Amino acid sequence: MLFYGTELSSRLMLGTAQYPSPAIMEDAFRRSGASVATVSLRREGGRGQGFWDIISGLGVHVLPNTAGCHSAKEAVTTARMAREMFETNWIKLEVIGHSDTLQPDPFGLLDAAETLSAERFEVFPYTTEDQVLAQRLLDAGCKVLMPWGAPIGSGLGLNNRHGLRMLRAAFPDVPMVIDAGIGMPSHAAEAMEMGFDAVLLNTAVAQAGDPAAMAQAFGQAIEAGRMARGADPMAPRDMAVPSTPVIGKAWL
Amino acid sequence: MIEVTIIGAGVAGLFAAHELARRGAQVRILDRNGAPGPHGCSWWAGGMLAPECEGATAEPVITRLGREAAEAWSRITPVTHRGTLVIALQRDRSELDRFARRTTGARRLDAQGIATLEPDLDHREGLFFPSEAHLDPRVALSDLLADLSSRGITVERSQTPPENLSGIVIDARGMEAPGLRGVRGEMVVIRTPEITLTRPVRLLHPRHPLYVVPRGDGRLMLGATQLESAARGAIRVRSLLELLSAAYALDPRLAEAELVETGADLRPAYPDNIPRVTRTGRILRLNGLFRHGFLLAPALARQAADLLLNDIKGELVHED
Repeated sequence: MLFYGTELSSRLMLGTAQYPSPAIMEDAFRRSGASVATVSLRREGGRGQGFWDIISGLGVHVLPNTAGCHSAKEAVTTARMAREMFETNWIKLEVIGHSDTLQPDPFGLLDAAETLSAERFEVFPYTTEDQVLAQRLLDAGCKVLMPWGAPIGSGLGLNNRHGLRMLRAAFPDVPMVIDAGIGMPSHAAEAMEMGFDAVLLNTAVAQAGDPAAMAQAFGQAIEAGRMARGADPMAPRDMAVPSTPVIGKAWL
Repeated sequence: MIEVTIIGAGVAGLFAAHELARRGAQVRILDRNGAPGPHGCSWWAGGMLAPECEGATAEPVITRLGREAAEAWSRITPVTHRGTLVIALQRDRSELDRFARRTTGARRLDAQGIATLEPDLDHREGLFFPSEAHLDPRVALSDLLADLSSRGITVERSQTPPENLSGIVIDARGMEAPGLRGVRGEMVVIRTPEITLTRPVRLLHPRHPLYVVPRGDGRLMLGATQLESAARGAIRVRSLLELLSAAYALDPRLAEAELVETGADLRPAYPDNIPRVTRTGRILRLNGLFRHGFLLAPALARQAADLLLNDIKGELVHED
């Protein structure tokens, strides 16, 4: 599975906000093996070399995001600044539609995705599980989708399993990253078991009491979920099925 | 008698001067801007001496060394020993549990308990850290200067870098020194006759945490943003909105307060957000106090003095 032509060594993408210190953030990346770091330009885009030096020292792919943008126009401007700053065409496109739920604005998202794709950006759109929107984003030029698990920072896990399963089935060849709402490693493992290609998270690791240990747990869960998917899991059934044959057992 | 030249008249440099002088060293202080003022980040500090609360996110060494701050400052400036009150909005109650789990020394409070401590506040649940204290940073800096002045030490205006000075040099220039990461912080001061607080109050919030420090005369300091950005310049509109909205959520009457002052500056920090005494030959760098300037300046100064006067290497000491 390639993300805009790039093979990722790990299917964990980790955010870089809210850690107790950059040293702990570095440790979280090292122990989890995460292969992509998302960085917010809008909020933390100072001329501060120190923090960027630490991020580039992580040796992972940088995925700038447009977090905090509330309109297509704002997101496009932020994306252009990010491309200049990080010298990458990758952009995680977030257009927030509602400030309490932080759910994406589907109209602004599509609008911005069209503009940015035309400018040869490689867009990772933060979207819902809506299939129609997914198709429109693909039509706009997106080659990766990032459906949410649950609202950003909520830690609720996969809120709409049915919708996510339908989305996965509808676009089996499109790389999909579950982004937002992941609280526990089991949520991430489940997303991978369902056939999603990667998981992006931040708060669940950064706000844990021991962020580096939690990051490692996520790295392992994602690996476990991915391996399980590849191993073709059994289907659940209503009836018990004995794992050893009953016939032929000695009758007493 | 050992002679030391200190560069930087912020809280790190001035406290080091105080510590060394009282332990018998002969001290000079140089600063390119002279006495402390709005040009230095110490000016914009909150002044909370809250080692237990900081422990919710900081490394344990911050809590351990921060516990000596209140007593050390009491030798120099008025310190208010009334603890810290921590509250959360009803829908963020789980934040209180988490904060309690990650700190020590907290007492659970109900509405009655909160009202007893701060009659003007109406909240249902909280945590109380009775051992904590606070001070007014600008008064403290001025009292430090007065203490030094009584020992015959004044701040001389000078831009001479440490390498060009002879003898033992302490470089406490904060962001002016090389190799530090800037973490932007922004604050607001409001004034209201309607609400009196007698101790720092922290409002836990997953997105917009806030602390309020009483400064007397009806003034309340609201702080502080913490952005991984070394951009300078005045407070951003978004930050002001967030701080004031959080204050409004704490108590709607604060909407009627006067907006007295806003400020923004950079906190000098190392990657682990722990301050260091770094020795390179005859130069000692005291830096990286991050958001713990007033909390850790006494411990940093003590360890610098221990190293210079007694050759004791404390846990903040790094040899280059």
